[in-house]
Amino acid sequence: MQQPSSELHGPGHPEALSPAARMRQRRLSVLAQAPLPRMAALWRKTGLDPDIEILRGPENGLVALRGRIGGTGQPFQVGEASATRVTVRIIGGAVGHAMITGRDNARAQLAATLDALAEDPALTDRIEQEVIAPLEAEAAARDAALGAEVAATRVNFFTLVRGDD
Amino acid sequence: MYVAVKGGEAAIANAHRLLASRRRGDASVPALTLEQIAGQLALGVDRVMGEGSLYDPELAALAIKQSRGDLIEAVFLLRAYRTTLPRFGYSEPVDTGAMVIERRVSAVFKDLPGGQLLGPTFDYTHRLLDPELAGDHPVAEPVRGEAPSEKALRVSDILAGDGLIEENLPSEEDSDVADITRTALEFPLGRDARLQALARGDEGFLLALGYSTQRGYARSHPFAGEIRIGEVAVEMVLPELGFAVCIGRVRLTECQMVNQFKGSAKVPPQFTTGYGLVFGQAERKAMAMALCDRALRAAELGEDITAPAQDEEFVISHSDNVQATGFVEHLKLPHYVDFQAELDLVRRMRAEHAAAQATGRQDIATDASREAAE
Repeated sequence: MQQPSSELHGPGHPEALSPAARMRQRRLSVLAQAPLPRMAALWRKTGLDPDIEILRGPENGLVALRGRIGGTGQPFQVGEASATRVTVRIIGGAVGHAMITGRDNARAQLAATLDALAEDPALTDRIEQEVIAPLEAEAAARDAALGAEVAATRVNFFTLVRGDD
Repeated sequence: MYVAVKGGEAAIANAHRLLASRRRGDASVPALTLEQIAGQLALGVDRVMGEGSLYDPELAALAIKQSRGDLIEAVFLLRAYRTTLPRFGYSEPVDTGAMVIERRVSAVFKDLPGGQLLGPTFDYTHRLLDPELAGDHPVAEPVRGEAPSEKALRVSDILAGDGLIEENLPSEEDSDVADITRTALEFPLGRDARLQALARGDEGFLLALGYSTQRGYARSHPFAGEIRIGEVAVEMVLPELGFAVCIGRVRLTECQMVNQFKGSAKVPPQFTTGYGLVFGQAERKAMAMALCDRALRAAELGEDITAPAQDEEFVISHSDNVQATGFVEHLKLPHYVDFQAELDLVRRMRAEHAAAQATGRQDIATDASREAAE
């Protein structure tokens, strides 16, 4: 199954980044695609509920979406998507960012909080194992289920044999 | 003398209150939820997002509800809303090759890597109304098959290997990408600006123009090289971090039309392409967009410009249904003074006409009235 979340093509290509930056890139990408109820449930299970200070936002805005001519050529603007960004700081701790499509402020704020928590070296692995990895697995399972439904609509051609000669 | 008049405040307020009541309809019937509209009228929502040029299914559903299902009014509402928001930045160009595919068909290759995946299509339905849908009958779960391990290569990538089809490569230098929402249209447009305009263009208008090319007005022998529908990741560089992250996914429909090209002094005969990329599941629009894109490349490809679909200024200036409806519908607004002047003019012409007839100088009067009419 293809996983667009792990195939990043823009500047900051995974190979050019430090392992910590790569991990954060993956974390933010997984959080951006996670449904709020699941993100919230996994977060509550960690028992981590830090006091946070909101440094920016949550702010709703637009991201201009680009495609490429013919899929591979020069970029052009397809349109815009609504987006929400928020930056939080854990009191006495790290800063976390979130930028997600849509206008769900609560989801953006929780994503930024989880990012900030994971920026604490003592918690990085826990957030990864208890929140990010399960969310990623669930996203992969959703894609696999969709892929299976689509696969059932694949056309299998067969040749008709005429019986009259 | 110009006399300004003012009035109608109470009438307007009462009309809007009446509109709200009619919009709600019979109060004994439950109100539609946005989830119902986004979930069960999804292709209408997609159309509003595409022509509204704003990807947000929830807002598009709200716009459809508010507009009582008038999709152009809904598009207008989305366009108005987007002007109230700041722009955070630009995404990296989406990679449709890495799409999580929900439908993918090619009319040019039967056996292609990844296969022909029909997905949730109206094709091959009998177009008979289904009385069962009047109720809420349970729906069978979709069948699950085994997902293929091979990657669904783009048809253009398959053909490109042999040089049989023009290749679309990004240019080396990082040139500015046109943005018609920031810069006024100036003809001739680059293909990037044209595609942006077509992506938000009215489906009916582009469909009719695409159809006209098939009927012989700028015939270009199109084949649906590939149509794919599915979700792509949206990546964006976050300035705070200095690298790109995925900020979510959007559903897109992509169409690659493959067209004949007889070649030129510089280029041997090869297939050329028209490209369509539209928000949501919008196959008809993506195909129409690709046909129009190809027709509008006439000048670039050294073809004669003979048909409306090849006339860039004509097509792009009239493809935006918000602009079109604004100008057409403004005719409803009070033109009392304009019309008073016209009324005066016609009265004067009629008087002159009658006078001329009475004196037998009808030929002169006819000339005068023709001038006035022009």
